[in-house]
Amino acid sequence: MSGPIPLQWPLALSALLFTLGVVGVLTRRNMIQVFMSLELMLNAVNLNLVAFARHSESITGQVFVLFVFTVAAAEAAVGLAIIIAFYRNKQTLNVDEFNLLKW
Amino acid sequence: MMPDIHYAAILPELCLVVFGLGHLMLSFTVREENKGSLAAMAILILAVAGATMIPLWNHPVVTFAGSYAVDNFALFFKWVFLLAAVLAILHSGSYLRQEGMEHGEYYTLLLFAVLGMMVMASARDLMVVYVGLELMSITFYCLVGYLRGRLGSNEAALKYFILGAFSSAFLLYGFSLIYGITGTTSIAGIHTFLAAHPEAMAAPLALAIVMVIVGLGFKVSMVPFHFWSPDVYTGAPTPVTAFLSVGSEAAAFAAILRIFVSGLSGQSELWTGLVTALAVITMTVGNLMAIQQRDVKRMLAYSSVTHAGYILVGVVVGGSVGSATVMFYMLSYAFMNVGAFGVVAALNRTDGREGSNLDHFAGLAKLHPALAAVMLMLMLSLAGIPPTAGFFGKFYIFMGAVKANLIWLAIIGMLNSAVSAYYYLRVAVYMYMREPEGEPQVMVPVSMRWSLAASIIGIFGLGLFPDAVLALARASAAAF
Repeated sequence: MSGPIPLQWPLALSALLFTLGVVGVLTRRNMIQVFMSLELMLNAVNLNLVAFARHSESITGQVFVLFVFTVAAAEAAVGLAIIIAFYRNKQTLNVDEFNLLKW
Repeated sequence: MMPDIHYAAILPELCLVVFGLGHLMLSFTVREENKGSLAAMAILILAVAGATMIPLWNHPVVTFAGSYAVDNFALFFKWVFLLAAVLAILHSGSYLRQEGMEHGEYYTLLLFAVLGMMVMASARDLMVVYVGLELMSITFYCLVGYLRGRLGSNEAALKYFILGAFSSAFLLYGFSLIYGITGTTSIAGIHTFLAAHPEAMAAPLALAIVMVIVGLGFKVSMVPFHFWSPDVYTGAPTPVTAFLSVGSEAAAFAAILRIFVSGLSGQSELWTGLVTALAVITMTVGNLMAIQQRDVKRMLAYSSVTHAGYILVGVVVGGSVGSATVMFYMLSYAFMNVGAFGVVAALNRTDGREGSNLDHFAGLAKLHPALAAVMLMLMLSLAGIPPTAGFFGKFYIFMGAVKANLIWLAIIGMLNSAVSAYYYLRVAVYMYMREPEGEPQVMVPVSMRWSLAASIIGIFGLGLFPDAVLALARASAAAF
């Protein structure tokens, strides 16, 4: 086998991961699983960016990935804190229990 | 090699970072009885940041290798953010004291949310748009869930967080596709590339545009991505709701104008149709839902969905004319919406019972005539009745649509505006024509009075001298 991986492969994988993430967010009932699906969506984007950066031989996409990483870390910290605050008051992480405010 | 950074141009942002962190440090040393000074310090920081922007007016600068523009367009939006933040902080102090949650980090988070909005307004690169958007959103997740002992606040924060992260993943996927198609993340670069290759990858580009519209549409609570806003607005602390409804919407519209009206102007056939349809759906659905609400906070949430629909008409008109009308609208919206939520915040706490139900407004004219009069004027402005800011905001937007040969769109907007008068004036009917239940004490703290007075001066100032402000907005929009 020789030659670089064609651009379509990572793009197809990224689209698949993104779709999995979307389905996960919409169907999972546990908060933590929803959260993991969100991270999957972000990483699908990262794969996209790296693949495009490699293909067009520009560094911008890779720099963008670093920013996405950093923001995702901050988002995870805040998100988990919010989940814990919710758990303390309600003793559950089931999405169906969000019934105080009309969804 | 030193990067070429124009530090004077980013002085307001530096101001907020440095003083914001300083405020956080200092807040640990402030004693319980002096907590009121925290709000004053935060307002002072915002005022200093606002003052450092004055010399930048009419001296457009592009720095950070073309990714950050400090032009009049950005400055206009930044002043709107600062104004909304100051008005919201004036409402915050006594509200938080009542809840026993007056801590320094609240103000620091608020300052950083303003910083995120400023970055968004100045961004000329998709990467910078994303970082600004997330800085604003993450701080808002914290602020919405600030009353952490309250289940309503927890739940609102959790919903806002999940749906916010979900939508920004879509935005990001759209950005990555745009980068893949054009090979750059610079908005100017995208414009140049698409001008040179007008037929480049129309299908992936259309997909990318739809995803960006999903992401930014969420932030402005555009139907069908508005499901979060009534819940989050109701569950969040009311002063946070006031700031969220204005600030996050204004920042997202600044980014929409930069990306669509400036960057993707050559591809307008790919997005104007979709945005026009969404504008019509947004104002109509927002109105129909607002009519059914008996909770004033929730009614105001749906009403801000409706207003997002009106503002989208300005985006569809596009160019410097449409942009200027959007900017004028955002300024008037800052005065009236923060004011309206402020009245809810003032009533919420002093009325013995919890809540912002319409019944709580019954007989307010007898209990507190001044507060009722303020609410009446704010409602008239939101409904768009002259001579208020709300009237001229809508007037300019619909006039822009008429001039752009979108007469049917202007007519739909005006019909919606007429319908919206029903639920705004219903509040007035409750205040003036119903008897109060019991004898609740309504006392408005001094800082809230200042904020409400500023809102009233703002809506009538803009209502009496709209042309001067519109000319200012036109001058700002011409060059971006």
